[in-house]
Amino acid sequence: MKAALAAASEALDLDRLEVRDLNRRLQGAETGAAFEVLNPLGRHSLAVGLRRPVEVTLRGHVGYYCAGMNDGGRIAVAGNAGTGLAENMMSGLVRVTGDASQSAGASGHGGLLVIEGNAAARCGISLKGLDIVVGGSVGHNSAFMAQAGTLTICGDAEAGLGDSLYETRIYLRGQAGELGADCVEKEMRPEHLAQLTDLLARAGIAADPADFRRYGSARELYRFRVSNLGAY
Amino acid sequence: MCGIAGLFLKTPELQPKLGALFSPMLREMSERGPDSAGIAVYRDVGRNAAGDPRHCKLSLYHADPAFDWDGLAHDLGAAAGIAVEVERLASHALLHATGAPAKLRAWLLAERPEVRIMSAGHSLEIYKEIGLPAAILERFAVPQMAGSHAIGHTRMATESAVTTEGAHPFNTGDDLCLVHNGSLSNHHQVKRWLQRRGDARFQTENDSEVAAGYLTYRLSEGASIAEALEAALTDLDGFYTFAVGTGDGFAVLRDPIACKPAVLAETDDWVAMASEFRAIARLPGVEQARVWEPAPGQVYSWGSE
Amino acid sequence: MSHDRSPPAHLRPSALFDAATIHEIQRAAREGLYKIRGFGAKRALPHFDDLVFLGASVSRYPLEGYRERCGTDVILGERHASKPLHLQIPITIAGMSFGSLSANAKEALGRGASAVGTSTTTGDGGMTAEERGHSNLLVYQLLPSRYGMNPEDLRKADAIEVVIGQGAKPGGGGMLLGQKISDRVADMRSLPHDVDQRSACRHPDWTGPDDLEIKIQELREITGWEKPVYVKVGATRTYYDTLLAVKAGADVVVVDGMQGGTGATQECFIEHVGIPTLPAVRLAAEALRELGLHRGAVKLIVSGGIRNGADVAKAVALGADAVSIGTAALIALGDNRPELAEDYAKLGTAPGYYDDWHLGNDPAGITTQDPDLERRLDPVAGGERLANYLRVLTLEAQTLARACGKSHLHNLEPEDLAALTVEAAAMAKVPLAGTDWIPGQGY
Repeated sequence: MKAALAAASEALDLDRLEVRDLNRRLQGAETGAAFEVLNPLGRHSLAVGLRRPVEVTLRGHVGYYCAGMNDGGRIAVAGNAGTGLAENMMSGLVRVTGDASQSAGASGHGGLLVIEGNAAARCGISLKGLDIVVGGSVGHNSAFMAQAGTLTICGDAEAGLGDSLYETRIYLRGQAGELGADCVEKEMRPEHLAQLTDLLARAGIAADPADFRRYGSARELYRFRVSNLGAY
Repeated sequence: MCGIAGLFLKTPELQPKLGALFSPMLREMSERGPDSAGIAVYRDVGRNAAGDPRHCKLSLYHADPAFDWDGLAHDLGAAAGIAVEVERLASHALLHATGAPAKLRAWLLAERPEVRIMSAGHSLEIYKEIGLPAAILERFAVPQMAGSHAIGHTRMATESAVTTEGAHPFNTGDDLCLVHNGSLSNHHQVKRWLQRRGDARFQTENDSEVAAGYLTYRLSEGASIAEALEAALTDLDGFYTFAVGTGDGFAVLRDPIACKPAVLAETDDWVAMASEFRAIARLPGVEQARVWEPAPGQVYSWGSE
Repeated sequence: MSHDRSPPAHLRPSALFDAATIHEIQRAAREGLYKIRGFGAKRALPHFDDLVFLGASVSRYPLEGYRERCGTDVILGERHASKPLHLQIPITIAGMSFGSLSANAKEALGRGASAVGTSTTTGDGGMTAEERGHSNLLVYQLLPSRYGMNPEDLRKADAIEVVIGQGAKPGGGGMLLGQKISDRVADMRSLPHDVDQRSACRHPDWTGPDDLEIKIQELREITGWEKPVYVKVGATRTYYDTLLAVKAGADVVVVDGMQGGTGATQECFIEHVGIPTLPAVRLAAEALRELGLHRGAVKLIVSGGIRNGADVAKAVALGADAVSIGTAALIALGDNRPELAEDYAKLGTAPGYYDDWHLGNDPAGITTQDPDLERRLDPVAGGERLANYLRVLTLEAQTLARACGKSHLHNLEPEDLAALTVEAAAMAKVPLAGTDWIPGQGY
């Protein structure tokens, strides 16, 4: 009986339900429960703070901070996402079929974020372990001060990619604008190809890992030095 | 710090519904700016009794609800040797006249400095007030307005006062209006630069009025609105998303760092712009619209030029 | 040392190029990098010392110190939080990170604050089990860096503080030099080991009050609308910043004046950015009064140079509901004490002057990650010293309030004060003593 309930997806209509009630329902749902959220219409803070593997599909465009601090939830947006998609995500899966606005995956710690369309500026800013795969291109200063995790970009990257980068790995298929300070192209070794192959497979994006280049930190800015003044 | 909504109609058939389509967009931006709101509507070019193509309009405001607008119209008419009609809208008055808006503006600034000029032009009308957007839209009967395009703003005042005149949109030259979300960092310097160059007059301490004045100055030099916005990228510092209206055009610009939000949506029938998607979410045909985020430092324009 | 003697009287020192200035020019020329240090602004600034209380005499009646109660508690978060914070005293411990401080220091702060019924605050490095365990009331900071930020700790916190800036460096980001980045600190911050860590000056996912409002909503949604949300700013355009923090939905506005301390910041930032605490309190209170929220649903916490109960009482009289201490708390734990003179001398400094909190070699075991140094601070004894100090601050503030006829600290008001200097009168908008003149307000 319980399994049958979990398999059926329950519809929650935001034209009839407050955001607070929606989040309370989703946060309190049992592992494996599935929900379909109707009429998101760009509302903010939808499906935030989930703590268990709950399936949520949002039908339409969402506003700021959708899936914020997600910890285990499996959240899909059938549409575009506003600022701060899956910010500070801890674990789980977030997938957006359309584009994401600025700061997607900001300071995310873990899990997988897939943006099938483009991501705007500062995608993966301050990244701390989350894996992000972008089907399209990313805006300027993506992976700014990114510390850990990966950012995979199937399209192009605007200027400032990887500025002041720490140990996040960037995989880029298209063209990069002027790279950010301390970001350099690095050799793609077998372990990187293996990691990228796995990321693309998990993201469900058909792209040949051999077409990508790897970028990382030159580690020149790790200590304050007089010779680096121009880069600060 | 604020919410922006703009709607530019591409098909004339939709024009009778401009206010009805636009009003819910602005209402949706209430939380971003609960202090005051303002609306710029472009409509009715050339609509005056005589059918004069040089018909011009002035939106004026005075804090005193009993202000003698008829007396003002009479004096202005006598001074300029023209007929001036007055239309009352809540706290505002709309003057219809013939002649160059700039001349009428100059007379008002010199002779009636206590009257606030919200806008001057041929098709532009601006209405603004303190309070929640929903109430202000109703007060000025915006949902019933027809027109070609509208730009609105909900304001969370940052460093200047919460007053009617401090509300956006700002109009500093014929038919130009600007709304702004963000915060400029060199507007005092730009203001002094404009003031040294002649007839720039500012009615508020607001950074956004300086941005509008800057665009007006560039237009007066012969620049197109797109060129004026390109120049703004060099001369205006800070964080901004601008939406700009002209008599027959609409433009959007974000600063190169682009922290302040903006969403654009376009169909064959309309172009909509807002700070957040939720303002656009209920427009007819939005499911088929191209929805995107304006790129940093890139000028987007529709209509004129 | 042969040059200990005072220079001959005929040598005229320059007031402009004084010894410290000359030394700094020489250092800059040698090293080519700005000077970084800890502590707060060191130069003389208009402060609470320039104000005095008008104690009761004939026109007003004082309260008896040992029989008549003078309340000190304050409730924070009544505006939107279902679980407001109830502090027994209006003195809290400001945010200082684990990383900047040792684990023992964080534990000592928690012990001391909890003993007297007040809160401590995390910092730019996440929440440690030690401080959560030893702080009955813990405020969890959301900072631009988001080091160690996670939803579990957010739910464990008693309040959330969104940090926009601090008094030592409004507009600047954080700094932690490699010497202090131990393996544990690096892991908590997801940083490589042995880096000079810079933190961002803006939040990664919002800018401005309109977006802050949405951010605060998200934090409330994640935590079930239980927790008070503070917004902390460094004092600059304080009147507007306070209005905007409230419009964005803050339950508590925290204003940190330019005397506020730091673990590591460029000296030019510490000494040259921001306004002193004295005008900042007044400006923030003015903004809350204008909104009709002062001493109401929104509370004001002020920090930056609070040292004694008189500072506490004066800040409250000017409009604060509570104060925060950082530098003074570290001194109470044992920082800069004379017993360490020999250790300080080895570092080229002396008790009372030590401000190299960024270097990680603190002989008091407070601003360090060195296990041997850290052991020098006994968290139990340190906590007791801090609790004693907080009790003294409270008793002093009560003494002054009773003298002004108040049965609760929050009944202190600006009219209980007079200014000793024209500067303080102008900044605090309190009349110059013996006059009814407030500069800028005419006669």
